[in-house]
Order: sequence, then C-alpha cells, then structure tokens
Amino acid sequence: MRGQSLLEVNEICKAFGPTKALRGVGLRVRSGEVLALIGENGAGKSTLLKILSGAHWADSGQMSIGDRPFRPSGPSDTRQSGVAMIYQELNLAPELSVEDNLLLGCRGSGGGLLIRKRQRPQVLEALKTVGLGELSPTAIVGEQSIATQQMLEIARALVAEARIILFDEPTSSLPQKDVARLFTIINELKDREIGMVYISHFLEEVREVADRYVVLRDGENVGEGKMKDADDDTIVSLMVGRDVKNLFPTVPHSPGEPWVKVQELTGAPYPKKINIELRRGEIFGIAGLVGAGRTELIRTVFGLDHASNGIVVVDGKPIAPAIGERIKAGFGFISEDRKNEGLAQNLSIIDNLTLSRLTDYTIMGVLSLKRRKQAAEKLLERVQVKYNASDQAVSELSGGNQQKIAIARILHQQSDILLMDEPTKGIDVGTKSEVYRMLGELAATGKTIVFVSSYLPELLAVCDRIGVMARGELRDVRKTADWTEEEVMKVAIG
Amino acid sequence: MNFRRIFKTIFQSQLGPIFALAFILMLFAVADQQWSSGNYLSPRNFRVMMNSAALIAVPALGMTMIIIAAGIDLSAGTALTLCGTVLATQFKYAAVASGEPGFVWVAVQAVCLTLLTGCLCGLINGGLISLTKVVPFIVTLGTMTIFLGVGQIISKESTVYADEKNIPGWLSDFCYTGSNSERYLNFGVFPNIPNSVLLTLILALGVVLLLRYTVFGRNVFAIGSSESTARLCGVNVPFTIIAVYTLAGVFVALGGLMYYANVKNGNPSDGMGKELEIIAAVVLGGGSLSGGRGSILGTLVGALIITAIRSGCAQLSILNTYTHIIIGGIIIVAVIVDQLRHGSPEWFFRLLPAKSTEG
Repeated sequence: MRGQSLLEVNEICKAFGPTKALRGVGLRVRSGEVLALIGENGAGKSTLLKILSGAHWADSGQMSIGDRPFRPSGPSDTRQSGVAMIYQELNLAPELSVEDNLLLGCRGSGGGLLIRKRQRPQVLEALKTVGLGELSPTAIVGEQSIATQQMLEIARALVAEARIILFDEPTSSLPQKDVARLFTIINELKDREIGMVYISHFLEEVREVADRYVVLRDGENVGEGKMKDADDDTIVSLMVGRDVKNLFPTVPHSPGEPWVKVQELTGAPYPKKINIELRRGEIFGIAGLVGAGRTELIRTVFGLDHASNGIVVVDGKPIAPAIGERIKAGFGFISEDRKNEGLAQNLSIIDNLTLSRLTDYTIMGVLSLKRRKQAAEKLLERVQVKYNASDQAVSELSGGNQQKIAIARILHQQSDILLMDEPTKGIDVGTKSEVYRMLGELAATGKTIVFVSSYLPELLAVCDRIGVMARGELRDVRKTADWTEEEVMKVAIG
Repeated sequence: MNFRRIFKTIFQSQLGPIFALAFILMLFAVADQQWSSGNYLSPRNFRVMMNSAALIAVPALGMTMIIIAAGIDLSAGTALTLCGTVLATQFKYAAVASGEPGFVWVAVQAVCLTLLTGCLCGLINGGLISLTKVVPFIVTLGTMTIFLGVGQIISKESTVYADEKNIPGWLSDFCYTGSNSERYLNFGVFPNIPNSVLLTLILALGVVLLLRYTVFGRNVFAIGSSESTARLCGVNVPFTIIAVYTLAGVFVALGGLMYYANVKNGNPSDGMGKELEIIAAVVLGGGSLSGGRGSILGTLVGALIITAIRSGCAQLSILNTYTHIIIGGIIIVAVIVDQLRHGSPEWFFRLLPAKSTEG
C-alpha cells in the first residue's frame, strides 16, 4: 500500500571515541516515496547509512522494518531484510557478466548452485525496468559506460527484491543526460511502492526527485518537511546553521598580463591541439561534458599524462614535461579522484600537506619534524580544516576537510598556477562556498587558477573566462559575461 | 573504570608486538622451569637467541623498507646465501692466510665484493620492478631462482668451505656467543653482547633515522600508501623504488656475511625459505603487505619472537615438525590481531564486558 511506513529509525546515537557522529537521529521511509537526506559533510549522513547497511552498529536507538526490529549484522543481512544500497562509488565486479553481477550475493536457486537459466527471467525483468532491455545479460560489466553501470546497481537491488533503496550521491559521476534517465527510473520505482532515501549535495536535484526531506546537522535532525513547501534558502540555512546570503562569494580581483602559454598541446587520444593563454590573477574555467577531455588536458599540462606534441611555456620559458619540473615552474594539481590519487589516505595530515615540498624543512638532508608540524598547523588554520590532531590519518576526515587539505598542499608547495579538477566534487554547500572564496582570494594575490567543473552555475559565478571543450578540443573561449548556461551546453554537445 | 576502553587503548597502541614477546618469553620460561633444564633464560641461551634473531633482523630491516613501499622481496633468502657463498669462495681461494701481510687487503676485497653482490641483486630487483611495472611478487619470484642458480654456479653445486686459517678473526667471532669476553668487540663494556647484535642495533637505528628524518624516508611511506599520490606530489617514484631495493640488497649482503660467520660455510641452497622467515619478522612487527605501514622496532621484536619460539621449543625438546606448526600458527594469529587493532571491528570489543563499574 502506498504511503505505508516501511523503515523507521528512532533516536540513533553513535560515537567514535570522543566524537559524537549521531545524537538521536530519526527518520521514516514510506513506500512509494523518496526521502531526501540532506546535510553538510560530517553531518552524520554517511554514518547513518553505514549503520543501516550493518557496517557500523549504533550505540543506542531502534530501527524497524514494518513491525519487525531491524538490526543488521552486515551487508547480506541488510539485503535479506529488503534494503539495498547504491553507493557513490560503483560496487560491481568489472570482469564479471551483467547477469553474474546482478545475481551476486543472491542465494543460489538450487541447493546452493547458481542455475542461471532459472533466474534469467528475473534478470531480464530487472534490466527492462532500469531501461536496459537491450543489454545482453552476458555482456561484461567493465565494458559498459559508468551510467549503465549505475543502472545495473539499481537492477541488482531489484533482483534482490529490495523494498527500500538507499542512494548515496548517485549522480556524482553521471553526465547530465543520464541524470534525467536515473530520475525516470526512480519515478518508476515509486510506482512499484519501493521506498527510497536519496542523499545528494545538489539541491536542485533533490528538489526534482524527492517528496520529503530530512536535514541533519552535527548528528541531529534539524528540520524536515515536504519538499514542495520549502525553498532553497530555508534548506541551506538549516544545513549550515546560519543564513547563507551568498552561495558564490566573489572576491574582487583583476587579471593581469598573460604569462602561461599552452601551445598545440596534444595527447593520445585527448587533448587535441590546445592553445590557451592564462593571465596572472585569473580564474579560467573549463566546461564540457564528462569525457570531453578536460581532465586529460590539465593532467597533460601538469605532466601526469604524456603529451605527444605541444609545449607549455611559463614566463617565456618552455618547461620540460616532467612533474618535478612542472612543480618547480609553479604548477600545482588537484586530482578529481581524491580518494585514490589526490591524497594518500592512510598517511597523516602533515605528511599529505608537506609531501610535495619537504626540502623546506631539511638541514643537510635531515628533516625537522617540529618545524614541519608548525608550518602545517598554520596552514590548516588558514584553510580552516576541522581536525583532532595533525598526525591523524586523512581518511578519518570528512570529504570537505580532505579537499581543503588537497588545496592546502598546493598552497604549501607555493604553486602559482593551480590546476583544479572538480575541486568541489562531493563536498557540501558550506565548504563549497568557502572554496569559492578561497579561489577568489588566491586570484587576488596574483595566482592563476584553472578550474575544471561539471557544475555550470559555479563556473559562471566564479570564473573570469570560460573555455568549453568537446571531443578533446577547446571549442570556444569567452569572457564569463558573454556566456549563458544554454550557450555553454550548446557548444559542449556540438 | 572502563575495562573495555582500557583494553582497547592497550590493544591499539604500538606496543602490541612487545607484549606478545614478553608473553612468549614468560610462557616458555615457566614451561622450561617445570619440565626441562631451566636454561631458557640463562645468559648463554639469551645470547644465542639474540644472535639468531640478528641473523633474521638485518635482512628484515631492508625488507621492512620494501614492505612499507608496498613491495615484497621473495629473493632475499637466496640472495643472502649467494652473498655468503661469494664471501666463502673469496676466503677459500685466498692466496694469503690470516695474519700474514697482505691479508687485510684480501678481507677488504672479500667484504666489498659481498656487499656489491647484494647491491646488484637489489638493483636488479628494483630496476625490473620500476621499469617493467611487473608486480614485485612475480619479479622477485623469478630472481629468487636466478640467484639460487648463480650461487650454485659459483659454488660448483656444493658447499664451499674455507680453511679456518683463511678466515679473519673478527669474522670468526662475529656471531660468537660463548663466555670468553675477549672475543666480544665491546671488551666487556656491555655484558657480552654478540657482535652481530651490536651491528644489528646500529643498523636499525640508522634505518629508523632514515625513514623518519629524511625526505627519502617520507617518500617511501608515501609510495607505499598511494603511489599515484606520490607521483602527483612530484616524488621520483622509479628512483625511490630502485633505491629501496638496492639498499635492501646491502642489508641482505650484511645478512649473508653474518650467515657465513655463523655457519662458516657457504651453501647457496641454504637460503631457500629464509625469505619467508624475514618477511614473517616484518609482518609480526606490524608491517602491512598493502604498504604504507611498518616499524623497525616492530621488525626487531618480530625477529626475536620467531627465535624465542624456536629456542623455547628446542629447550622443551619439542619436535622440529611441531615447531614449524607453532610458528606458522603464531604468524597467522599475529596478523589477525594486527588487523583487529587497525580495523577495530565492533563485534570484537563487544565480546568484552562493557564496564566493571559505572563512571
């Protein structure tokens, strides 16, 4: 029955050592509706999800599905209770077939044996529901696009006969047109009376898909209601705990003379013959669809990817294509893959901050740990990172704070040309606006910033000029004032 | 008083391996008093144990660095006996006997050649790993048998014995564990610590300082934790990896030198299986095979744990076969405990009583 309560969570508390991640959180998921779970990073959303999936145990509080208590001991237990998770990162086995992935973790159909034929109808049905009726069940998952893989995750939930599906930032890796596809599927799932929880940082997205919302802040419920009764400002101020007047704070800065020139830069397969001139004190945005070669362009500029042709010139001097040389010339790079490449997750905050410029703290080759620590802590204060101890592992920090450390590192290495690949990906509204302000301040001190983003509103609000890429080429560069969102999209899909 | 919290704190501290060692020593000491001669903790047996531990610990210092850098070296065992064999051959075919003029030159040449052999073994490993991008496990699995073969060519497929008079005195006494204090290099300053142990401690201190207080050391940790992050930070990854394996090769050579001093012969096939003992010492000391983690103090303690068990079993006349099983079991238990310490799964702490009293 539509509207019937499926999952109830009451007064959940959870502490990690001295940090209280959750302080009495409650929510209710009804069948056939989407509940948006909103909150900044560190608000407790992920912890709550982990408790629901059985990865963590709550210190106190109750959960129930229907009228039975729900206390999952692990992922398979969760599945059997009819709860499925769709995580930010895909959880599929890339070498296995579509069918095997969908049936993974299902109980065998005949005494522990997996009889694929018997489960074939179920698999086909699930594929059809997620709009992949054309896809062969024997196709290899790793060869499918990210969007298809995302849909397969949902299909897997359907095969497992999930009644409740939890989405954790499902669109963070999806291109725009596939987001629309995802929403169509979510609406279909609503008709099947499945209850859903949807976690996302993108308010406009949440607004489109969710019926109700719950806002968490510092591990507590701070507000809930019907989506259509609340405007963005209300929700944002609930999340941040204060009025956010301006999501895109701008710091006045004026671009100076051009000093970095990228000439005919080409790599295999992307980028293709890129020419850019960057000015001092300028924020240069790069827009384009996922796969347009934006990441490849700035990786090649930094020397991480091999350039088959073209040069990078700083102050009239061509710079050798080795990372060490590029760093010396003033380049700094922030990877979009914070978890695997951007930061060494199990190293300490200090190590991550200072790794790219350790020689500042050596006397005759010997490191002064004390001076290094002092410098690191000063920097942490400047970028306002919330942390317990500077020698704790970065993996213990929230996504937003990790991103601040990645930014602080290129400040520490005294970069003058900051290449940033999706620097606001997966971080909350509050931190985003801090990042925008930081970018403005850096530009005001004469630094050059290259800002790659899939989120057009931020590019249009923050950048001085925007270049749009398509199929590895830089198609058009204009002053930001001369662009509109529609025009950018028109060039990007062209 | 919160029992669970106190236990958790001790459990998660870095002192785990030391507690384990103390526990094992106590266990065997008591068993030895009860059922055997009571010699387990005698000064003499202590020296023997420390010497055996040193034989494992020196190559394990290099292995610790490799493992921190997310690598592995399966060739360490055969490379070690290859070095020992090279040293033995040098003395066997020496033209001058110990004490005669010109022998110093022979000894210097022999030692240098041994160190060079180790260096070369490490350089080959590191070079292949960095240039071909083949995983270290496979590369060193290959070089393991190559080094064995090379050793057998040098030794002409037999064991190399050198005449006692051709071996320099300091080398003969290097692993001496007897009661004649004149044969110890420290002249009784410390109560008769075997020379091998002194060398081990000095080397260990060196590696600790290298890992902690140099850019190179921090780069090794960074590569082990995330190679792509290290690359992005401008770390010269290929150079660092080659340097780590080459340096480890030097430690293997020193291990070979000590091995020769201990058994006074060179047999290339003796090294088969030694690499596992060396890796076990690192792992027992808290090194993680996925990289980024490992400690020199831990490795030293790990080597001591292995020898303490072996010696204890010998004292209690437990058959060698059972000793193997016990050591294998301890390694697995140690790694499980280590994972619990770092992952701290909640179910484990839930097994403990929550609080003895409130407050």
